[in-house]
Amino acid sequence: MPASGRASRWGLRGFALGYLALLLMIPLGMIFYRAFEHIGPAFESITTPDALHAFYLTILVAAIAIPLNTIFGVGCALLLVRTNFRGKALINAIIDLPFAISPVVIGLALLLVYSRTGWFGGWLDDNGFQVAFALPGIVLATIFVTLPFVVREVVPVLHEIGDEQEQAARTLGANWWQTFWRVTLPAIRWGVSYGVVIATARALGEFGAVAVISGRIAGQTQTATIWIAQAFGNFDQPGAYLGAVVLALLAVSILVAMNLFKRKEAT
Amino acid sequence: MSSAVADTSSAAPPRPASWPRLGGAAFGRGLVVAYLSIIVLIPIAALVAQSTDGGWSSFWNAISNPEAWWALKWTVIASLIVVVINVFAGTVIAWVLVRDRFPGKAGLNGVIDLPFALPTVVAGITLLALYGPGSPLGIHAAFTKVAVVMALLFVTLPFVVRAVQPVLMELDLEMEEAAASLGASRFTTFRRIILPSLMPAILSGSALAFARAIGEFGSLVLFAGFIPFKTEVMSGLIYQGIGSGNLTGAAAQSVILLVIALVVLLIFGRLTKWSLRHAG
Repeated sequence: MPASGRASRWGLRGFALGYLALLLMIPLGMIFYRAFEHIGPAFESITTPDALHAFYLTILVAAIAIPLNTIFGVGCALLLVRTNFRGKALINAIIDLPFAISPVVIGLALLLVYSRTGWFGGWLDDNGFQVAFALPGIVLATIFVTLPFVVREVVPVLHEIGDEQEQAARTLGANWWQTFWRVTLPAIRWGVSYGVVIATARALGEFGAVAVISGRIAGQTQTATIWIAQAFGNFDQPGAYLGAVVLALLAVSILVAMNLFKRKEAT
Repeated sequence: MSSAVADTSSAAPPRPASWPRLGGAAFGRGLVVAYLSIIVLIPIAALVAQSTDGGWSSFWNAISNPEAWWALKWTVIASLIVVVINVFAGTVIAWVLVRDRFPGKAGLNGVIDLPFALPTVVAGITLLALYGPGSPLGIHAAFTKVAVVMALLFVTLPFVVRAVQPVLMELDLEMEEAAASLGASRFTTFRRIILPSLMPAILSGSALAFARAIGEFGSLVLFAGFIPFKTEVMSGLIYQGIGSGNLTGAAAQSVILLVIALVVLLIFGRLTKWSLRHAG
């Protein structure tokens, strides 16, 4: 048995490492190699005004969408866990919906409401507020795809900490805001942080929904991921690879933050 | 001392509850519903309304025309292939991460989540760099069915691993030792003792992987493309429909895709509950 045990252990280890190497690690290493193979033209391409604007837009959109979803996520989690109301199950189901919908479908659904020919788009346009093919549309799409993350991280933490401390604070005369700020928020902070970090990763990387709703106008509504895809399509491979490297490095730093917050949450 | 006691007793009795009572909670609920309506509910309603815009026959035509029907079948088949591979590979990887010991394991564990953090377009470019034209391995998978499966495997990698891993960690080793001491082979121990406990986790991870795979778009654009009758999946077909202005057809295809995802999640949810009951 020890011999066969060792053989199966090596077999499983070899399979797991080989699978991850071929699917994940080596390909990831390759984009670094490809980007630095022609670093001169790659750097030139990624510092053009259009490219810089695309990265700026991606960060701007995340900076608007993530705080909104964080406030919504914490408030919604509090309502779901601490209060009882009819339709709670329905709200729970709706929050998970973005996990089940293709990003392209999300883009189309938003287009049907907020484009010029959509339900509200014409009226909004006439009142000087263009949503589709402009910043607000990209923000809406990003909010849609990142909707579940903060709620889903905070709900289990709220269940776990219970409400004894909150009740104690209230008995001692704290009002709702003081209770939330001094008792609840400190207890859920790592859960919130973790949710914010995954939502940020998703926001920076969103492609399908934004590709549909943004109109992909270079220098205006083109985000970083769309710029990369179009650079690749325009035979500017070095630029696309270097852009991918920049986003991959962002993803790795996000991953490091995720692991940090996960550990904090566990302790 | 006595004055302090007197102080507290003369203070107002603790208020029963100072959560924003009726007004506050109702206001919060209203905000949540409004937010969900603007972002999710109204757009989905518009999608469903648009899909029936041309009547039943045009709805049916949008999904039964040869290209769409082929894309629909291929989307489901590719997603099923990806789920089956994930069940096997994901369970093995989780097993190695929990039960095996080797240098660099902690780093490897961190890497598993990378596909969640990496933009999907970057995932596609990443695979293209190794398996595309000019591949140093001499493998040219780009724009083939294999590319579709690989891209979907890349983006769904964490689901089964992260579902199975915590269950394996909590698993009682004594049961396995008891089975082994009673003469069960390693395979029997795995099949009769370990697998039933892992089943709910494997199923729920599979459901999420399937839902993700069936709607995936970004990782396929550059690496697999959307070639009709070759690599085109539903998300690509819908994207091209939107581009050519056929919003009604695209909406009908979207509704079908959404229904399939929801039905699969429901079935897997039932299966997970069933297997939880039978896990003992």
